[in-house]
Amino acid sequence: MKTKELIRLETAGLKITGDWLVRGVTFSVAKGEIVTLIGPNGSGKSTSAKMALGILQPTEGKAWQTSGLRVGYVPQNLAIDWTMPLTVKRLITLTHKMNADEIESALERTGVSHLKNEQVQNLSGGEFQRVLLARALALKPDLLVLDEPAQGVDFNGEAALYQLISQLRDELECGVLLISHDLHMVMAATDRVICLNGHMCCHGTPMSVVQNPVYKDLFGERAASTFAVYQHQHDHVHLPDGTVQHADGSITEHCHPDDGHHHEQEGDSYVG
Amino acid sequence: MLDDFFVRALVAGVGVALVAGPFGCLIVWKRMSYFGDTLAHSGLLGVTLAYLFQVNITLSVFTICAIVSICLLLMQRNRSLPTDALLGLLSHSALALGLVAIGFMTWLRVDINAVLFGDILSVSIEDISLIYLGGMGLLCVLLWIWKPIFAATVSAELSDAEGGNRQILDLIFMLLVSLVIAISMQLVGVLLITALLIIPAIAVRPFSTSPELMAVLASAAGFVSVVLGLSSSLYLDTPSGPSIVVAAFVFFILAHLVSASLKRQRSAS
Repeated sequence: MKTKELIRLETAGLKITGDWLVRGVTFSVAKGEIVTLIGPNGSGKSTSAKMALGILQPTEGKAWQTSGLRVGYVPQNLAIDWTMPLTVKRLITLTHKMNADEIESALERTGVSHLKNEQVQNLSGGEFQRVLLARALALKPDLLVLDEPAQGVDFNGEAALYQLISQLRDELECGVLLISHDLHMVMAATDRVICLNGHMCCHGTPMSVVQNPVYKDLFGERAASTFAVYQHQHDHVHLPDGTVQHADGSITEHCHPDDGHHHEQEGDSYVG
Repeated sequence: MLDDFFVRALVAGVGVALVAGPFGCLIVWKRMSYFGDTLAHSGLLGVTLAYLFQVNITLSVFTICAIVSICLLLMQRNRSLPTDALLGLLSHSALALGLVAIGFMTWLRVDINAVLFGDILSVSIEDISLIYLGGMGLLCVLLWIWKPIFAATVSAELSDAEGGNRQILDLIFMLLVSLVIAISMQLVGVLLITALLIIPAIAVRPFSTSPELMAVLASAAGFVSVVLGLSSSLYLDTPSGPSIVVAAFVFFILAHLVSASLKRQRSAS
């Protein structure tokens, strides 16, 4: 079965002032697929994503987008000057119109609806990241592009975030292009992994990539072995307001000592 | 009533201030104040050429500003020099070129002071109609592109990724700013135009909760500055252009003092 491709890079590379930032990148993202770009800092992950999105023009190779593609983008850096008065609500409707219900429900999904009328400069890093994600999902995109979406988000929030991304993929049937500096956390949610380090090192399913010697060279033996972490199941979720939701749907102030993956036993629960 | 030179100056000044408000906000948000300076300085060359070829000054200034802004856009895309160095280069070279050119044309009597610091008291009815008609047109175009250009200002990447047309918007905006400079040059002169654009905008920032409110308040602050500046220049016999800028500066300080004390009250209660 051939699924519908949304974006594609073909042996794309970008040269700025004489240096290649990245070269020979080939990948595509199809509808309903989660593709993760991983690699160390400066390996060309963001650059590749920007070429695929048309923000940067590749110096060599080709970037292709299906026509009329609706993109929801969470950039890696977004600094908003104090001089710019901007509420969360206004930031969400920045590029497309939407009604109050759509804004509200998007903010609720990422747990920050109480910040709706706040000025963006007053948000913490984690809150801002959640608002950006809400903005991207509120657009109901065909393609969701998330550049290090978990930065500033706490550990439990991070797990919830990747869960949300999988849910969104199922719900909106969108493609997802995820960028991460390591496979930590993203593994379970990913269909395909592209490993970059100035060029394409390896690609394939998460399982095949971690077993690839090139990946082990790049991230070390430890990274490959910690893959076990992502296969365990959480039986409770920490909500943004500090309460805890359990597998049976009940909500309590704190998690119980016998819950799976309790904080004080983090070392043990790694076994999964 | 318009016979009186002071009333004409006031009407012209208010017109320019109203137009400058929203443009000033965008220039501040885009961190382009130095860019505004560069365009304004190159306006001097425009004035010289207007005298030399006997053409309309506004038109000539606009043409030169537009050429400089297109050059800047192209050079920025090249990324060979950092933007601030590039602006420093162009800004002062343009100013110096203009002054040298005036110096060469010994047969012309150009009032350099008026070009540098403005000569608002000599505005004619034609100037006023140009300011109001042109200003209205400028604001209409700005209103038309406001949403997408604001989005591109918040984040170029977001706007690019989500289907914005930033390069065309940037070009339109720079041409609009060139026009704003061309019609306001007579008011405050090439050296002080940027001040009239950005000071009212940053003065009202603490009271603005949305970009649109800030744009409107900036126009209002510009209005107040022009009225106070011109009146004080009449009574104190000070140069009018600089007086307007000083009034705007005083307004800025007062606004920020008020905002700080309001904040203190709110946190105390």
